[in-house]
Amino acid sequence: MATRKILLANDHIPGIQTYEVYRRQGGYRSVEKALKNMSPDDVVEEVKRSGLRGRGGAGFPTGMKWSFLAKPEGVPRYLLCNADESEPGTFKDRYLMERIPHLLVEGMICASYALGCRASYIYIRGEYKWIVKILERAIEEAYANGWLGENILGSGYSLDLYVAPGAGAYICGEETALIESLEGKRGNPRIKPPFPALKGLWDCPTVVNNVESICAVAPVINDGAEAYAAVGVGKSTGTKLISACGNINNPGVYEIELGLPVEEFIYSDEYCGGIKNGKQLKAVVPGGSSVPILPAQLILKTANGENRLLTYESLADGGFQSGSMLGSGGFIVYDEDQCIVRNTWNFSRFYHHESCGQCSPCREGTGWMEKVLHRLEHGHGRMQDVDLLVDIASKIEGNTICPLGDAAAWPVASAIRHFRDEFEWHVREPQLSQQRNYGLAGQTLATV
Amino acid sequence: MVKVKIDGFEIEVEPGSTILQAARKIGGDIVPPAMCYYSSLKGSGGKCRTCLVKVAKSSEKDPRPMPKLVASCSTPVQDGMEVENITNPGVLEARKAVVEFLLINHPLDCPVCDQAGECKLQDLAFEHGSSLTRYEEERRTFDKIDIGPYIQLHMNRCILCYRCVYTADQLTDGRVHGVLNRGDAAEIGTYIENSIENDMSGNMIDVCPVGALTDKTFRFKSRVWFLNPMDAHRDCDCCSGKATVWMFGNEIYRVTARKDEYGEVAEFICNTCRFEKKDTADWVIEGPRHIERTSVISQNHYEKTAGDVPGTMQDN
Ligand SMILES: Cc1cc2nc3c(=O)[nH]c(=O)nc-3n(C[C@H](O)[C@H](O)[C@H](O)COP(=O)(O)O)c2cc1C
Ligand code: SF4
Ligand code: FES
Repeated sequence: MATRKILLANDHIPGIQTYEVYRRQGGYRSVEKALKNMSPDDVVEEVKRSGLRGRGGAGFPTGMKWSFLAKPEGVPRYLLCNADESEPGTFKDRYLMERIPHLLVEGMICASYALGCRASYIYIRGEYKWIVKILERAIEEAYANGWLGENILGSGYSLDLYVAPGAGAYICGEETALIESLEGKRGNPRIKPPFPALKGLWDCPTVVNNVESICAVAPVINDGAEAYAAVGVGKSTGTKLISACGNINNPGVYEIELGLPVEEFIYSDEYCGGIKNGKQLKAVVPGGSSVPILPAQLILKTANGENRLLTYESLADGGFQSGSMLGSGGFIVYDEDQCIVRNTWNFSRFYHHESCGQCSPCREGTGWMEKVLHRLEHGHGRMQDVDLLVDIASKIEGNTICPLGDAAAWPVASAIRHFRDEFEWHVREPQLSQQRNYGLAGQTLATV
Repeated sequence: MVKVKIDGFEIEVEPGSTILQAARKIGGDIVPPAMCYYSSLKGSGGKCRTCLVKVAKSSEKDPRPMPKLVASCSTPVQDGMEVENITNPGVLEARKAVVEFLLINHPLDCPVCDQAGECKLQDLAFEHGSSLTRYEEERRTFDKIDIGPYIQLHMNRCILCYRCVYTADQLTDGRVHGVLNRGDAAEIGTYIENSIENDMSGNMIDVCPVGALTDKTFRFKSRVWFLNPMDAHRDCDCCSGKATVWMFGNEIYRVTARKDEYGEVAEFICNTCRFEKKDTADWVIEGPRHIERTSVISQNHYEKTAGDVPGTMQDN
């Protein structure tokens, strides 16, 4: 079954980055439709009915988020597009912005109109330097053709759109840290409440949405909520971009219909094309480094033996015992030769490095976990270290200011939950574990 | 007014108050410890997580419990809210975990630290910590930084409560003080070691809950528990001139602002009063200052002496 493409319908057309080609393919129709025939509330309603959920990680319904935005008289409101994309394994927003920058601009105009914003920002990670240029060019073209600026299409609605690059901090993807950074401050997450819907940028009501969520607004308006909601399964409507990487034949960014079986995604030639070099599947991190890792049997089937599907619900089935999350769609595949301990250490090194350092459990706990994992991986671990790690993770989780603490704890807790043997083997075989990997169940003898 | 219940004690507070403020109004041992919140510093709180509590009932309107523990210093009360602090084992366990986190990189240098005896971390560890450490890695260390003629910054001891940052920001003109780097490499810095020179900078010492910022004019002069704190005042054109002078015999060893039972300063004092006026003739001594000695050091010693005679060693 060929997937219906919604976001990436035109991405392979040569020159789609330019305004002329994009417009010829039907670009900016949603802005015409929204500004001419719909009230801002109509747009919010349409997005609500489409069932679109946030693609930044948490999966919060986008239309609902918009309807929570406070609208006090005489106070500006802001829409911020979160293009900070720094989660290891996630590179889908990059693809969207590089390939079809005008789709994001189009989505931003519709969404800003719906929320009543006069100025909106795209906050982009500092490392995406070249994409800043691509976006700025697209915005320039949009201004030149009357889609941005004063009195767009004679509707009386005016909007300015800016690109603001960050300085290279993962934490600035957390929405309140993003706001602080945009205000020119140190990117520390804010203490909530108040939430951005009430007090965000410059203390004004603010919505923060992921690039992909905003891009999806354009087709939702164009084709209508029903058409969008017809794709997908249950409460996971529409399509999702999955950035697939790791030991697979075809790494890349794929647009899938929500509901696609994980097994098909991994093994079909249309997508990942199976495990590289004919090896066996060992584990998958399905939603970016922050979500729990699952061993092969649990990523293909739930604990109840049902097929695991690429939906918010199916991936979460089994909770933290046997499930994971769709997250940001960063799909990382590990073959039988990969070392889970090393991978866990690598992830925890990332969170240690990226913790903003405000709150004690995350600041201290991430460093502690990294050091213990470093020891284990390098053959200096002790049996009690494994339980120590579980304990540290459990004491960070839920006790921090922002979800980075949880994101640091889950990979460690889940790796030990599903691969405890392998951690213990590193302790029992300090020398051997420096020479070879554990393999699927300790049986393969691939050299490190 | 809204009604809240904390560990079974009911109280009415202004709408918009935090759980911690409500708890302090009740007082006693149901008050959560606070290492980063400081009522007079805007934006403070929420960071250290020692004040975490369980909201068992969100409000009369929405009786559901809150899913996670919340920071009592930055969570506003709702009418009918029910909070569990010392009656909830999960809260005590989380607090113990936070204390452990705060201690893993903290040097064990209390014997040579000027803050010993009035250190909030020492108190917290005494009350909620365990006597053994599970941390066997190397502790993080920083170089000592001199920030101006009066203040020593000993970053190894810092718990990143940000209080001094807010003090520098809110009390003094021209901010030269902030946090550099991130995660456990974050440090308090005066940008490129600019020394802090302004009239109110010394208050950073008072707001610091640990021994990260200490008074250079008092360094190693005496253990605080050998000194008698006396309320005193002087005419000052810069601040209120109301301070606590710490005396040994007839000598003034150091001057601090007056602190309440939660270690918070009501009126900040200027550097002249704090660092330059160490002569008894500079001050009008009012009488002994009662200091809540909850500290580990006072657990076995310094029983209140009959009559509270000024000038003798006592718990005052
Ligand atoms: C540490 C951290 C990093 C995050 N990074 C990103 C990011 O790079 N991009 C993103 O869209 N959301 C990120 N998020 C989620 C955002 O806080 C926010 O929920 C999201 O942008 C909302 O958009 P959505 O509703 O469209 O998904 C991050 C969250 C955390 C806690
Ligand atoms: S959880 Fe980590 S990243 Fe988030 S506020 Fe706390 S220290 Fe900063
Ligand atoms: S006092 Fe509440 S978090 Fe520090």
